[in-house]
Amino acid sequence: MIGTFVDIVLFAMLVLTAFAIVKTDRLFAVVMLSGVFSLLSALLFVALDAVDVAFTEAAVGAGISTVLMLGTIALTSRTEKKSSISSPLPFIVVLITGVALVYGTIDMPNFGDAAAPAQQHVAPEYLKGSLEDVEIPNVVTTILASYRGYDTLGETAVVFTAGIGVLLLLSGLGRRRKDEDEEDA
Amino acid sequence: MHHHHLILRVVTKMLVGAIMLFAFYVQFHGDFSPGGGFQAGVIMAVAFILYGIVFGLDKAEQVFPPWLVHKLVALGVLLYAGVGVVSMLLGYNYLDYDAFSPHHPSHGQHWGILLVELGVGITVTGVMVAIYYAFAGRPPPMKDEDW
Repeated sequence: MIGTFVDIVLFAMLVLTAFAIVKTDRLFAVVMLSGVFSLLSALLFVALDAVDVAFTEAAVGAGISTVLMLGTIALTSRTEKKSSISSPLPFIVVLITGVALVYGTIDMPNFGDAAAPAQQHVAPEYLKGSLEDVEIPNVVTTILASYRGYDTLGETAVVFTAGIGVLLLLSGLGRRRKDEDEEDA
Repeated sequence: MHHHHLILRVVTKMLVGAIMLFAFYVQFHGDFSPGGGFQAGVIMAVAFILYGIVFGLDKAEQVFPPWLVHKLVALGVLLYAGVGVVSMLLGYNYLDYDAFSPHHPSHGQHWGILLVELGVGITVTGVMVAIYYAFAGRPPPMKDEDW
């Protein structure tokens, strides 16, 4: 009963935040609101007992992303550029996608359903093995680092590549600008 | 610049240590509680970013020089992949942590998970701080009052 109430309040706040983000054209406020959006999602993950995901969402989504977005604003502009043409096309695309997603959830198993496909395949083996073979109580860590070690290596490589990419882009730009300044002088 | 934000500076000085301690807790207690390399890496990076925001980029770069940050970005991935290579050299499959303690497979698993999570944490810390340095190191076209 209380759980349902909390879910409804959190989702209502999530939708309100999303509308506020769409309506605001001051980018500083938009960045702060997207941080709020992330924190609300983190709370929803906690309500779903997915504390590891909630932790990541709060640290990365609400923390680092907000700082990086502020850094981007500092380098670009503070207000949204007004689009001169107002077309109904984006709204229609979003509407169709939304309806398709809602239609997709009809086939999904209920939350916590033991007969759900995700609980049938390798999950029982992992849950049992984590305590008996690996002897680590946090199953998320066991799956992430041991059973699915290849995937996590790939994820780390993705973080590495993304970091190198951003570094190359930004450092190259800085040098070019300095060169241009020197040419002007 | 150095004479305003007094409260922020004092609070930051008190918080940075606690944030780092929390990052280490999340990193090394990830086997028993929520957390792990990704979260710990971000929290550790946040400590340096907060320091950089409040005290200025120069001070942060004195504490955590960019060349070291860039080395750490690669070091984490190398550590992770290296764990796999070592397990192969010991005659097991790639990333099969049983190799580190054949008589006590669960101990080997603990070592393996600890090391690869450490690799993840190092890379994530490095990438986050490096990106922050890259953003903050550019000449800002905006003044403080513009916000």
